[in-house]
Amino acid sequence: MGNKQTTFTDEQLEAYQDCTFFTRKEVLRLHGRFRELAPHLVPLDYTNNPDIRVPLTLIVSMPELKENPFRDRIVETFSEDRQGNLSFNDFVDMFSALCETSPRELKTIYAFKIYDYNRDNFICKEDLTKTLNKLTKGELTPEEVTLVCDKAIEEADLDGDSKLSFSDFENMISKAPDFLSNFHIRI
Amino acid sequence: MFCRIDVLASNIKCAFVTEEARRRAKNRRVRPQRKAKRVSDDEEDEDEEDEEPRRKGRKKKAKPRDSDEEEEEDSRSVKSKSSRASRRKAAKEESEEESEDDRQKKKKRGKGVSKQEKEEQNKEKKGQVKGKEGKDKGGEKDRKKKSGKFSSSSSSDSDSDDQSLSEGEIEALKEQVEEKKKQIATLRNKPWRIKRRLVILKEAQDFVEKYEGALGKGKGKRLYAFKVMMAKLLMGLPYGSIPRKIVPRAEQDTAMDFSVLFDFRVRILALFIIFYSSDVKELLSTSYIQSWCTWCMSVHLFLFCVTHQQGYCKYSFLFYGYYNSERTIGVLQFKLPLSYLLVGVGIFGYSLMVVIRTMARNSNEGGDGAEEGEFTFSWKMFTSWDYLIGNPETADNKYASITTSFKESIVDEQESQKDENIHLRRFLRVLANFLILCSLGGSGFLIYFVVKRSQEFSNMENEDLSWLEKNEKTRTSEKLEDYHPRVALKWQLGRIFALFLGNLYTFLFALFDEVTAKLESEKAIKNATEWALNQYIANYSSHYNTTNVPPQNVDPADTLRGPCWETAVGIEFVKLIVSDMQVTYLSILIGDFIRAVLVRYLNYCWCWDLEAGFPSYGEFDISGNVLGLIFNQGMIWMGAFYCPGLVGLNVLRLLVSMYYQCWAVMCCNVPHERVFKASGSNNFYMGLLLLVLFLSLLPVVYTIMTLSPSFDCGPFSGQEKMYDVVMETIDKDLPSFIGNIFVYATNPGLIMPAVLLMVLAIYYLNAVSKGYQQANLDLKKKMKMARDEEKNRRNNKDSTNQVMKDLEDLLPDKSLIPPPTEEEPPPPDVVIEKGSKSPKIKPGAAGKGVKLQKDVSLAATNPRAPVNRAPGPRRAPPGNARGPQPGPGRGRGRGGPPRQ
Repeated sequence: MGNKQTTFTDEQLEAYQDCTFFTRKEVLRLHGRFRELAPHLVPLDYTNNPDIRVPLTLIVSMPELKENPFRDRIVETFSEDRQGNLSFNDFVDMFSALCETSPRELKTIYAFKIYDYNRDNFICKEDLTKTLNKLTKGELTPEEVTLVCDKAIEEADLDGDSKLSFSDFENMISKAPDFLSNFHIRI
Repeated sequence: MFCRIDVLASNIKCAFVTEEARRRAKNRRVRPQRKAKRVSDDEEDEDEEDEEPRRKGRKKKAKPRDSDEEEEEDSRSVKSKSSRASRRKAAKEESEEESEDDRQKKKKRGKGVSKQEKEEQNKEKKGQVKGKEGKDKGGEKDRKKKSGKFSSSSSSDSDSDDQSLSEGEIEALKEQVEEKKKQIATLRNKPWRIKRRLVILKEAQDFVEKYEGALGKGKGKRLYAFKVMMAKLLMGLPYGSIPRKIVPRAEQDTAMDFSVLFDFRVRILALFIIFYSSDVKELLSTSYIQSWCTWCMSVHLFLFCVTHQQGYCKYSFLFYGYYNSERTIGVLQFKLPLSYLLVGVGIFGYSLMVVIRTMARNSNEGGDGAEEGEFTFSWKMFTSWDYLIGNPETADNKYASITTSFKESIVDEQESQKDENIHLRRFLRVLANFLILCSLGGSGFLIYFVVKRSQEFSNMENEDLSWLEKNEKTRTSEKLEDYHPRVALKWQLGRIFALFLGNLYTFLFALFDEVTAKLESEKAIKNATEWALNQYIANYSSHYNTTNVPPQNVDPADTLRGPCWETAVGIEFVKLIVSDMQVTYLSILIGDFIRAVLVRYLNYCWCWDLEAGFPSYGEFDISGNVLGLIFNQGMIWMGAFYCPGLVGLNVLRLLVSMYYQCWAVMCCNVPHERVFKASGSNNFYMGLLLLVLFLSLLPVVYTIMTLSPSFDCGPFSGQEKMYDVVMETIDKDLPSFIGNIFVYATNPGLIMPAVLLMVLAIYYLNAVSKGYQQANLDLKKKMKMARDEEKNRRNNKDSTNQVMKDLEDLLPDKSLIPPPTEEEPPPPDVVIEKGSKSPKIKPGAAGKGVKLQKDVSLAATNPRAPVNRAPGPRRAPPGNARGPQPGPGRGRGRGGPPRQ
């Protein structure tokens, strides 16, 4: 992008700056990264807002996400078609929400969405089980998993419906000491 | 305002049909627009009614999103408001179309594309309705306006239509513009899809663009137009884009640990302060160039001057002895001694403030309110994965550590019930700590001994010595005690730290011995000098036979100079820092780098797997390194007064060691097995830092207050005590009344009450905070109680409250009551009757599925009481032999007479 080829118009960059936590340089860098994923798919010229989506498998191969046990969920959460295909907008959105400067409230919302596997707006026991199995690579015995899930629900569930609503989750996360430092990806 | 009221008017139009008609008759020009709007309003209302049941059904589902949508509601309602406002103006017809289109579009999208969007739209409408209702109930002023508008005549707003813009409308528009701007500013915090954010941004920007220009055209609004123009000139666009372009977001590199940053900040500041004081002097005095030569030379001769005590640097500006005692320097009357003292003490004050403020902020931020263990499992579940991890090895380690931590918690959870063998464990802990204390004292004595014997070799030795001992000790003690890993780590760190500090202090005491010795010799030298001077004067006067003795013109280097203990202390600290640096760098080079090289390349021809087996690679010890930094900082604090250049040296050292260690970590370390986050809202290290600060403050202040400075070197030479400088300044340079004030302020009669007052204030604040804590606990208890009750109700189970059950067991007739499972269910009518009191009880299930809980809660009601009483009347017939006759004692407190 060193030459005069324009990737975005000034207006677009302005808009991205207003809508995300990135500077224009970072937006351009993000575009570079996005294009790296699928050079044949993503054009250099984005001035006319082409509707191009990069599939999940390519996104997940990024070094930033490669080791993350929740990578599929993260990408699915931020993809507009919910299948995991990301347009450039979604891509920017994802890293903006996960970047360092985004506020706690926003991060909490997206974390909730990420951990809510079946998208029923509640984190229920199955979601917890899935999370736990991803987190420990399935090395806990089923009894241990059930115990941990029960305990987690018992701790955080305020309204006693034996699943975590967003307010339960928020309450729990707001007190966690290292949520903010852990829930961010630097790109 | 007016447009809002207009909204209201259209909403309750059916009540004012006649007015409406009159208005139409009066004002024909505006009619078509109005009509259109009414139609749209009608549509909306219908829609709303349609949506109502669906929304109800979906309400619960949408709960977690409520907060966002409320914000959105606001913004939407603002928008709709604005579109209405635009309709008020005849000149803005195209905008009306636009917004109409917009709405149409939104509606379509809302119905077609996704459920979520539709929901939002509904919400929006609801928000509008709410707004209207709110207006209905709204302030007196609104009502007045409304009545004025509707009852008397509706001409006011139509008049304003005819004119360009009324005052109120302009105000409202301005308000909206401001709101839009605010919306643009906060847009990035909204959890929406970015597409929507972009669309909304566009709309908001268009709106702002349009109306900021339009507002300028109003009558007498030139000032506003000018302001807008200026803003545009300055910012490029009204909402400030140039600043955003040139100032990137402040992204700090948090890869460095917090203490490094902190150290740098404090130290660089201290450096500035000190160099300010020395620089002014140097600029004004003739020795400016000379000092720079000294600086350059000192870099070259550094090792020389460190290893040999009589190095060249001894007389450089790095040390105390360099500064002289001239009261004022140059035309600006720079008071070097005074500023030296004030800066030296001020650094401590500033550091204290920074540390305590950081601690307070940390405790305010995350992790407050929830004590350890409240959310153990959920935190582990949701916040333990570090999203920054991108390295497969680290990831594997993290997986392993998470798994172990889960297993640990499970074991903890299982073992928390049984508490056996606590005495043995306590005994072992005490024993271990006693042993450590012994070895600590032993090593302290050893160091003291060594330092006293030979100052020359002390530093290297005591470093190595303590290093060896420390490692050995902590390893063994770890096995003896059986703490939780995190607690164990803290203990271990605490012990290492105590060792460090013990060494520093023994070092210091040895130094004090030396200082007193030097003071003695100084006295002797002073006497000798004075004697020599007297001799000289006597000789001179006797020789030339005159009392008018010319001053001697002797080069300072030729005179007999005192040992200058302050400089000696400074040199000791520099030596300490340098030897510390050497040890650290060498240990990294040997312990990490060479080991890594050996492990890596000998692995090809070795009989066992070196990488996985015994030596393996070195681990990066985060906590140890942070502790090293803290300790280092303590040394700087201690030494900075006697060696101002130490601050600069240390900044250099830290910079070098940061890059060096960074390299070492990247190329030859593996991540720690037990990943432990040292930074964040953890106040443990800050507490240590505070302690170190306090402990290093003590000796310095002690020397300032008690020891007399050397007579022939340093800024305080000639003074009895260092703080005399302050007295002198107060006496000579400040007006006399300030001196008086100081005299009064330092009066014990004033200080004692002040101290008393402070103590009492501390006591009071402490009591208040205790009270708050208690209140917090109570609230938590209540919340827990409410949760339990809720759970009971949901599960239709019996009370989980252990205490209440125990109490029930103690009720007098309990033994006579048959077990509740055998009871036949009471007739439904009784249940209904009782249902009003406690609907959650299902008597049949009373004995089953009781969930025991250890927690004590203050449940006010006894949910089982109605169960016991309910079957009373039915058991009355004599044929029922199983049940007891409910005696007069039963059902007390109910007010009813005993039924029999």
